[in-house]
Amino acid sequence: MAGSTPASLTVDRGAAREGLAPQVSPALDAWRRFRRHRLAVIGAVILIAMTLAVVLGPSLWKVSINDIDFTSRLEGPTLTHPFGTDDLGQDLLARMLYGGRISLAVGLAAMMVAVLVGTLIGAVAGISRGSVDAALMLLTDLFLSLPQLPLLLLLIYLFRDALKGLAGPEGGVFILVVAVIGGFRWMPVARLVRAQFMSLREKEFVEAARALGATTLRQVMRHILPNALGPVIVAGTITVAEAIIAESTLSFLGLGFPPDIPTWGRLLYDAKDYLDIAPHWALIAGAAIFLAVLAINFIGDGLRDVLDPRRVM
Amino acid sequence: MGRYLLRRLLIALPSLLGISIVLFTILALAPGDPFGELASNPAVPPEVRLALRAKFGMDDPILLRYFHWLAAMLQGDWGFSFVSRVDVDTLIWQRLPATLFVIGSSQILALLIALPVGVYAATRPYSLFDQIANTFAFIGFSLPTFFTGLLFILVFSIHLDWLPFVYRSDLAATGWRWYWEEFRQAIMPIAVLGMFQGASWTRYTRAAVLDVIRLDYVSTARSKGLREGKVVLRHVLRNALIPVVTLVALQVPAIFGGAIITEQIFRVPGIGSLLISSILANDTPVIMAVTFVFACLVILFNLIADLLYGWLDPRIAYR
Repeated sequence: MAGSTPASLTVDRGAAREGLAPQVSPALDAWRRFRRHRLAVIGAVILIAMTLAVVLGPSLWKVSINDIDFTSRLEGPTLTHPFGTDDLGQDLLARMLYGGRISLAVGLAAMMVAVLVGTLIGAVAGISRGSVDAALMLLTDLFLSLPQLPLLLLLIYLFRDALKGLAGPEGGVFILVVAVIGGFRWMPVARLVRAQFMSLREKEFVEAARALGATTLRQVMRHILPNALGPVIVAGTITVAEAIIAESTLSFLGLGFPPDIPTWGRLLYDAKDYLDIAPHWALIAGAAIFLAVLAINFIGDGLRDVLDPRRVM
Repeated sequence: MGRYLLRRLLIALPSLLGISIVLFTILALAPGDPFGELASNPAVPPEVRLALRAKFGMDDPILLRYFHWLAAMLQGDWGFSFVSRVDVDTLIWQRLPATLFVIGSSQILALLIALPVGVYAATRPYSLFDQIANTFAFIGFSLPTFFTGLLFILVFSIHLDWLPFVYRSDLAATGWRWYWEEFRQAIMPIAVLGMFQGASWTRYTRAAVLDVIRLDYVSTARSKGLREGKVVLRHVLRNALIPVVTLVALQVPAIFGGAIITEQIFRVPGIGSLLISSILANDTPVIMAVTFVFACLVILFNLIADLLYGWLDPRIAYR
């Protein structure tokens, strides 16, 4: 009777149908299972719409992000300004579209840093036994018990000016924010990859490859890593949402991108002093962050059912 | 239990040491000079500056500087705030109670939400209640704390005018009135943090209870004729809480992150808002000390989680 309640409804239905269905490719099967997860599909649609909006939007909505117009300060949504204006009369739609590019780009780039570092450390720990493994896991545990936000703020405070000189105000802060956020998010990925490697390296197909004389590198790249990627993709998806929140948090505390770059968190930071007279400003910026994060979390949940059916948390 | 606690304490020490190394390395690698301010100040002659550098050991080898710094931190000599001209430890002791009060109450609130909702949802999987609870949990941990905080201020302070949105440490009232005012001003920060944590803990609890509830020993307990309430509380929940405690312990750093933001929004005079204001004012000694205090708090909470472990699963404690 153990575990007879399915971890998720969709997984079980998929498994029941598999026996009957004719041969389908794994990708098609995965897509079918994902499609059954209604909220994940809605999340994917929202996220694709938001991505298209921030990528194509600025070329369709040709209002400058820093056109100051004091005659229309703090206006609510109108036809000329669909999202209203801020305290300098700047068009919020244009600023939201521009800021969304940065917020989403930071999320994606930080996720890639976290997944790359995490996979590397997890793979090395998982394939080598003994002291290397123990040392790397000690490092992972140490990072897990670091107070992340204070250190994030400390790093940005200490290194911001140096990187600004190296890569310009926008690029420097982008590199710093991505590196620091990614550098504090790799630990779950490393643990997942290590656990996967531990079990996969003892499987028969890896043993067969080893018997055929495959080098360790080839075993890892061809046989173990592709099979370990499912949970990593799920963790990576969630990391995008966490990174977007982390970037918005930094901007919201006034310590992220410079004031003239309107990321979503920065818009919220500027809007918080005008909550009583222009609530639309804060609501639009906050809703954008919330929607993006919610959509990504839903997608992650759907992907978990598809790629990692055993884990439920 | 005593030996177990001692062992956990001995394991906590290296992590504290590790964190101190990380902190010191960051500071040592950072460009810029803590004496930069003095260097640009024309009133300070270069000889004085060099003498100061020598006095503070700025030109010593890095390992020596680390041990000097560590010894000073351990002796409670945390330096002197550049901005407020007060010893750093006095400043932190003033601010710490507010932070601990807000964090502690919000964690209790989170538990009060997560345990009943998670257990009730898991005992009725895929029912209407379960689906509603799941959706709300998703919304709850997708709403960043800074946005929920602003929404609360907008609704409860600006529109309804029920609650104050600035936290004051110098309330004028006394007696019951004081408790009432304290409660009114603390309720929003506590609710913001508690709901965020409660949402993700609800999911953990649900999943963990779902894992346990169909195990054979639970059926045995039922077939002995125990009441359902007793089965769930005594037999299911205790085992289900073990993985939940692990996940909660992993989230402790995130809890402190949320606390910093909440303190900043509601202007709670805790160490989180102290950190932000000292970063904005370039007050390096305070920044370092507050970060170190946060690290110690993380380790302290991990120790508490370890103790909970030992209580929930005696096998761990007696091994």
